[in-house]
Amino acid sequence: MISVLGCGVAGLCAATALSEAGHMVEVIDPQGPPPPASHLAGGMLAPFCEGESADARVVVQGQMAVGWWDAHVPEVARRGTLVLAPPRDAVELERFARATQGHRWVAPDDLEPDLAQRFGRGLFFAAEAHLDPEAALAALRAALLSRGVVFRDGGPRGRIVDCRGLGAAQALPDLRAVRGEMLLLDAPDVTLSRPVRLLHPRFPCYVVPRGQGRYMVGATMVECNRAGPVTARAAMELLSAAYALHPAFAEAAVIGTGAGLRPAFPDNMPALRRVGDTVHLNGLYRHGFLMAPVLALHLVQMLAEELAHAH
Amino acid sequence: MFYGLDLQNRLMLGTAQYPSPQVLRAAIAASGAEVITVSLRREGSGGAGFHDILRDCGCLILPNTAGCHTVREAVTTAQMARDLFGTNWIKLEVIGHADTLQPDPFALVEAARILCADGFKVFPYTTEDLIVGERLLAAGCKVLMPWGAPIGSGQGLRNLDGLRSMRAHFPGVPLVIDAGIGTPSQAMQAMELGFDAVLLNTAVAKALDPVAMARAFGQAVAAGRLAHAAGLMPRRDMAQPSTPIFGMAELA
Repeated sequence: MISVLGCGVAGLCAATALSEAGHMVEVIDPQGPPPPASHLAGGMLAPFCEGESADARVVVQGQMAVGWWDAHVPEVARRGTLVLAPPRDAVELERFARATQGHRWVAPDDLEPDLAQRFGRGLFFAAEAHLDPEAALAALRAALLSRGVVFRDGGPRGRIVDCRGLGAAQALPDLRAVRGEMLLLDAPDVTLSRPVRLLHPRFPCYVVPRGQGRYMVGATMVECNRAGPVTARAAMELLSAAYALHPAFAEAAVIGTGAGLRPAFPDNMPALRRVGDTVHLNGLYRHGFLMAPVLALHLVQMLAEELAHAH
Repeated sequence: MFYGLDLQNRLMLGTAQYPSPQVLRAAIAASGAEVITVSLRREGSGGAGFHDILRDCGCLILPNTAGCHTVREAVTTAQMARDLFGTNWIKLEVIGHADTLQPDPFALVEAARILCADGFKVFPYTTEDLIVGERLLAAGCKVLMPWGAPIGSGQGLRNLDGLRSMRAHFPGVPLVIDAGIGTPSQAMQAMELGFDAVLLNTAVAKALDPVAMARAFGQAVAAGRLAHAAGLMPRRDMAQPSTPIFGMAELA
């Protein structure tokens, strides 16, 4: 029996991979603490864009995420990512192009007609995809339940795989919080069919379509462990960036806001770590949906190797 | 030198915008920087995890008041920085304009006066204006930090003549070029002109390889300082041969 602690994207991916590999699995779903940060994620499966600042391992390993999610949840939109910059920050686009792979230059309105006349050119990352985090996590949970995996509160009964994010900070002294803030907008006047990243030297932002005229706008990155509501500054920055992308966002209804704490190791790389007999899957930082499946499969492999050694 | 402290390495590094704290740490080590600056306005006291990593770098920490637009914000942030980092060093920024990030010299002088009286060792981010510099010294500052160009612009030493005048006008005062440096050659130029140090962030943090760029800046600053101390040759309008041009070669 393996007890997976936590049921954010890390816990659910780990439980899914372990269960599919034939392990008996239970998920410890503690009631009470704040919901997992992954519920607030953008849900972009964008290994190439992340390569702008992330370690090369994210780019290489993250490419399997699109296929993994497509095999496990119903709605993975394989529509790529469009990266833009306001005319006066055009040099940011050049820099982004040099820092990443897997893109081509496009006329943005060829892909997103709603952006007509607004941006002269953009970068298109065709192999990327996106999903709705809430829906995807609900689908993983439902699939686990249908396989007979038990979700419960209380003490673990098996070998512990700890996926609690910052809840595990005491066991992982170099884990820190990076605060992120997001908004959910209802903007029926805007039609975008894929994630759009708007580069800006101070307030970069992305807009992810959630269907039916709804858009997630994210996300700040603040080296801070304070939880608590979205700040006015964050809301202003995100909204002005969205407005720079499309003026019709000014007429949107703000239907949700969120602030969460991303767990991160010093290299900002998600990792598996063994502490005593416990395996930690943690430090997902801003790569939860991209890297949780990779780590979950590594976890299965790690446990298989342990078993082989034991015999 | 800098409030009684001499520094072997005259590059000071900002700590924002790096891909990760690990890359930041490696960049600091590669540059040889002994002083790093950290902002507090947004993170406040919640930045403990990041601050612990900075403390582990073994550098002197120069907290800054980046993002402050009023005297009161800057003074409060400086006081918080003193509590958090146990230092009375403060890089004082009071921004006058959100778009250009130009310092507000009036608020800057006022905040400097309050903080110096309160025992802070103030490093004011200022322009090349000589009168503002004099007022900052009168307020108690023992270091001035003129901008090279607007923050994050990478334009280098935009008003070269103004900066030369400033160097000449304040011969004994440590002057640090802060902001606007985009390339190692610009940093080296500042040091060749006789400035005492260079502080920068974006040019390293946003390089495709921040660690290699940090090393390049460290070497450029060292070379510029060495060159200034060695005495740079003056420019001439005409060629001047370094070997005699008359007479026949005597080949054995």
